[in-house]
Amino acid sequence: MYVKQISVFIENTPGRLADFTKVLEDAGIDLVSLSIADTTNFGILRGIVADPEKARETLAQHGYTVKVTDVLAVCVPDRPGGLAGILEKLAEKNIALEYLYSFVRKAGDHALIIVRVDQPEEAVRVLTDAGIKLLSQDEVRAL
Amino acid sequence: MEHMIWNPTMECMPRDQLRALQDDRLKDVVRRVYESVPFYRDKMQKLGLTPKDIHGVADIELLPFTEKQDLRDHYPYGMFAVPQSEIVRIHASSGTTGKPTVVGYTSGDIDRWAEMMARSMYCANIGKNDIVQVAYGYGLFTGGLGAHYGAERVGASVIPISGGNTTRQLMLIQDFGSTALCCTPSYALNLAEALQAEGITETKLKSGIFGAEPWTEAMREKIEEMLHIDAINIYGLSEVMGPGVSVECMCKQGMHIWEDHFLPEIIGENKESLPFGERGDLAFTTLTKHGMPLLRYRTHDLCTLTDEPCACGRTHVRMGRVMGRTDDMLIIRGVNVFPSQVEHALLQVEGIVPQYQIVVERQGTLDTMEVQVELSPEFMSDTVRDMEALERRIVNSIAAHALVHATVKLCQPGAIPRSEGKAKRVIDKRML
Ligand SMILES: [Zn+2]
Repeated sequence: MYVKQISVFIENTPGRLADFTKVLEDAGIDLVSLSIADTTNFGILRGIVADPEKARETLAQHGYTVKVTDVLAVCVPDRPGGLAGILEKLAEKNIALEYLYSFVRKAGDHALIIVRVDQPEEAVRVLTDAGIKLLSQDEVRAL
Repeated sequence: MEHMIWNPTMECMPRDQLRALQDDRLKDVVRRVYESVPFYRDKMQKLGLTPKDIHGVADIELLPFTEKQDLRDHYPYGMFAVPQSEIVRIHASSGTTGKPTVVGYTSGDIDRWAEMMARSMYCANIGKNDIVQVAYGYGLFTGGLGAHYGAERVGASVIPISGGNTTRQLMLIQDFGSTALCCTPSYALNLAEALQAEGITETKLKSGIFGAEPWTEAMREKIEEMLHIDAINIYGLSEVMGPGVSVECMCKQGMHIWEDHFLPEIIGENKESLPFGERGDLAFTTLTKHGMPLLRYRTHDLCTLTDEPCACGRTHVRMGRVMGRTDDMLIIRGVNVFPSQVEHALLQVEGIVPQYQIVVERQGTLDTMEVQVELSPEFMSDTVRDMEALERRIVNSIAAHALVHATVKLCQPGAIPRSEGKAKRVIDKRML
């Protein structure tokens, strides 16, 4: 129950990000979710798209270095402490969180977050056992 | 191992006979430049020399040096030793600053160059049964035409595709069944990666002759492993002739300098001619060139020479890999740094393809060195931690190999500008 995330290396020079979004737009690729981790020199842009393989190919053709990674798309219960509950479940099992970011779109009444952990299989089991819904690639595509 | 030798009489000549031949040819070239090139006549007269004072190679230190600047000062034709009517070809080297240096060839020069490139082809086991893809640039640059004439001379089928257009290169490698490749080592790596990206594992390639830029043993290993070929190092410079001044044989233990045509010297810091084995600045006297002969031309390539016998049977001296350039040696906070050391450091960090550029700046009184490295796809990670670890590994490797602290900046592929397949390795902003 993973979702494919594309990660793209972006130099921290003016216009790079604009160029990147233009490439996706021209190819008709819609970014469903986006986050940027940056350092002084470079940024790693992470995003969820409907068709990650097409996005990878298109970006590679335009000279971008792209990596596709499995991440979890987690439905966060819409009540106080919803997110904390999920993180606690992972922490209890010593599953380390690499990063997380939220979705722009919602799945029904639920907020959505993208979670990258060091033990994805274990994380899927823990969260599913706790009754937390994870979205599949198809469900993300349908958003 | 079976060694193909194009001209055994000359290439395997006993060293005492070779020396006698060089003595005669040196006297001849000195006489020719004295009579026909005002620059050399003036220089010799100022030194109180006439051609009669030069009896052979033993007198080489009496003769004046030639610097690249001398060629620029006599731009375009001032160093030619024959009338224009005798010149059949003109090449020019891309000057990094200002005017290029211009070289003229007589038909005899072109013939001798083809002969030396034919020897070079045989050195790399390339003969008439081969299909040679020449992916060096054709034009003012000597690489393309030099390789072309040599491959034709041995009777190979030559594909004069020139540099660039990787998609087309891959197509011809597959469809034309190229067995040998001539280009810069960085472009060879480029092609190897492109083949890999296309999922092409089988080609008919067996040999490659690579030169026109410094490279390392690590790079050779990578090219050989990726393309399943013997990667042979070739050396040359347009001022002296072009590619084929020296080339490795299949022993891959240094490049044989064709000493019946060139007299090499290693020049020390006090401008003395050093014995074999010592490291210094490589200089050439052209013994048989007629269009633009040169006396003791300083290449500013740092290397060593050896006259130890080679297993291939050739007697001509071998030069080691160029370890750097004495004129683009960088001094960073008192440390001598050669771009080749940085390249070596990059290669040690597993998998890094050396498209890189060194940028030196002065901030206040402190010199800073930044090494920009294009990121290879296999090193891409979705976490900042991994990418920063990669930067740190490169910083540490440079510190270990070049003994200098550099900052490292990862760049997107293609971010470092290239010209004729070569990336400009050093940008020294301190001089601007
Ligand atoms: Zn040899």
